[in-house]
Amino acid sequence: MTTALPTAPPPASLTAVDGLTTNPYGLSPEQFEQLGTELDAIRQRVLADRGQRDADYIRGVIRTQRGLEAAGRGLLWAGVFPPAWLAGTAALSLSKILDNMEIGHNVMHGQYEWMNDPKLSGKQFEWDTACPADQWRHSHNYMHHTHTNIVGKDRDIGYGVLRMSEEQPWKPYYLGNPLWATLLATFFEYGVALHDLEVERIAEGEVSLADKRELLKGIGAKVRGQALKDYVLFPALSGPLFVFPLAGNATANIVRNLWSFTIIFCGHFPEGTHEFSEEETANETRGQWYHRQLLGSANLSGGRLFHILSGNLSFQIEHHLFPDLPANRYGEISVEVREICERYGLPYNVGPLHRQFGSVVKKVCRLALPDSTGGVTRKLGGAVKKAGRVTSLARAIPRLRPRLSR
Amino acid sequence: MSPKLAIRPRLRFLEAAATPHGLDSYLEQVDPLLVTGECRAEVVGVERGTEESVTLTLRPNRAWRGFRAGQFVNVTVEIDGVRHQRCYSPACAEPRRRDDSGLYRPLFGPSASEVLEIAVKRHSKGLVSNFLVDRAERGMVVGLSQAEGDFQLPEPRPDSILLIGGGSGITPLMAILRTLLAEGYDRPVALLHYAPDPERAIYRAELERLAAAHPNFQLARSYTRAPGAGELDGHFSPLHLPQSDPDFTAAETFACGPPALLDAVRGTWANGLEQRLHVESFVPPTFVPVGEAGEGQVRFAESGVEVTNSGESLLAQAEAAGLTPEYGCRMGICHTCTCRKRAGTHKNLLTGEVSSAPDEEIQLCVSAALGDLTVEL
Repeated sequence: MTTALPTAPPPASLTAVDGLTTNPYGLSPEQFEQLGTELDAIRQRVLADRGQRDADYIRGVIRTQRGLEAAGRGLLWAGVFPPAWLAGTAALSLSKILDNMEIGHNVMHGQYEWMNDPKLSGKQFEWDTACPADQWRHSHNYMHHTHTNIVGKDRDIGYGVLRMSEEQPWKPYYLGNPLWATLLATFFEYGVALHDLEVERIAEGEVSLADKRELLKGIGAKVRGQALKDYVLFPALSGPLFVFPLAGNATANIVRNLWSFTIIFCGHFPEGTHEFSEEETANETRGQWYHRQLLGSANLSGGRLFHILSGNLSFQIEHHLFPDLPANRYGEISVEVREICERYGLPYNVGPLHRQFGSVVKKVCRLALPDSTGGVTRKLGGAVKKAGRVTSLARAIPRLRPRLSR
Repeated sequence: MSPKLAIRPRLRFLEAAATPHGLDSYLEQVDPLLVTGECRAEVVGVERGTEESVTLTLRPNRAWRGFRAGQFVNVTVEIDGVRHQRCYSPACAEPRRRDDSGLYRPLFGPSASEVLEIAVKRHSKGLVSNFLVDRAERGMVVGLSQAEGDFQLPEPRPDSILLIGGGSGITPLMAILRTLLAEGYDRPVALLHYAPDPERAIYRAELERLAAAHPNFQLARSYTRAPGAGELDGHFSPLHLPQSDPDFTAAETFACGPPALLDAVRGTWANGLEQRLHVESFVPPTFVPVGEAGEGQVRFAESGVEVTNSGESLLAQAEAAGLTPEYGCRMGICHTCTCRKRAGTHKNLLTGEVSSAPDEEIQLCVSAALGDLTVEL
């Protein structure tokens, strides 16, 4: 669908580090350079080491997912029996979670393209969710990963419906922030599917629905196929007892929605993650790009199964530094990344799910209200460290507000 | 009604239920040969004649559509997690054709009713070949393409046939020879076979048997490193052509082997005889970089555009040539510009990694061509 984007981002350039705004921890230009070199070295090492175990890993996950799906569908066919319904719904939920998180998201990043298996090619993969894969690749791989946490460019900041940053000017609509967030979480697959539609720009009359016809066609076709499978074909197999698989499939889709929303919102919005403006990041060096990814992301701590079910997005920091390295490597790399952060005096934002998500919920609620002090707290000066965490860069640094509507 | 039509509505239902991954991705979890949309084969026989070569018997799955003697197939194996391809010519006789639906596609079961034989020889840079020589075993499943190539035995069969083969270029000729003799071809057929020495001449024993059993088959060998061991000596020359029939250049001639042999053959078949000559080049893959950034030609195959390699990223060169490939970050992270490289050597500008593997996914924005290169764009 996207043959060319309207504006080409500048190539990673080598301009000098300019000023304090992108640099709350006071790294020198040499340190930025060195940070880039050190992280590049990790990347190179893993690239050279990719091999059979990564191939076996992703195939193993796919095998598990297919097995869970078959089991789930089978059990839900007999869903009139409550234990079968519960087990079937659980298996199908897990299957959809694995499919979207550890398989779909990661494969579509091109993490397994080196295997040269067309079925694991990032460009051909399709996943079990409403969003067409090619649209996702644009909105996520390119827009979100290149412009991570740049307010006005990274549409993952609020998905066009939520206020997730002080940089988004408050308006009465945002009083509904907690409600909108709950709805978005419940129907997250459609929120993701409509990502590129830019509903808020249509609402403001900047683009018309007609401009988005092709996009809508793609979404329509994908949603039809998904709905036919989950809400017609499989229920129909149960004949008059269709309501049980129907309810099970709907539940599995919603469980997956809630889970992926939770994990994804914990990636960039817990307290302590930074936002950036387009102006600040215009001429980034590679080191500065890495630095922005580090400061804009947050990790979740947990066990191995938790990491797999999160699609290893629990290692959001590592994922954002190295989006195309096989995700099963993030855990190993995280030890080194953390050590590098300590040496450079950079924060490494990690916490258990309940704490990180609690802090996201707080942010959603706080930003529902207008900024209490009307922006007076935006004082000059470096980022204020507080209780081991860091306040939002956006609040610490005065500058023109980037227009959200851009 | 053909069996294929009868099962289609059911398959369509199953495909809709298996969206978006497709039925095959579930079937292959049960048995990799069950897939219907992709040709694969099980290794059902492994014969290691010498340490230098292996003869494999492959049983393709139902997706296989058969082959004509002389054609080749691409065999895909996975080595350390990475899929690699190499083409081999089946050396077996082509199956007698009955009707198109029945023979190759039994309605039930994973496999076609025929088997394929390929001979694989070790060579210094032959990743796939060496892997098969060392590691092939019964039960292994390999990827298979459909048979390709115009180098094939014509129908109706010609009045006389000459086969010229060098090294493992003998394999498609074996397929032709076996097919002819199996169907009772009774007109003259001759084979000139070039090999370094008798030990390294594959199919030697069988060829001798065939020559003894079929008076119309004339066999002549030249062992280039063992003069006197064969009927002929030295590399190909017109003097090697069968003396018994001075007009043998009137035969349909099939030649397969290394470039030097084929050049010599082409030289002889000049002057209006070219149309009787069918040639299959047989070049071992090159894994050595063949140039510097800034040398050679870059071909964008699907657009039909060719430019002189400037050494810049392939994305920049494509755009400079007026193409509009998809792209995103332009820094090697988003994989929007990923494209399939068909042939050539590229260097990853981020990692410095150099690769000459054919049919490889590459990121245009961070890849530069070293020498000639072709991408699907």
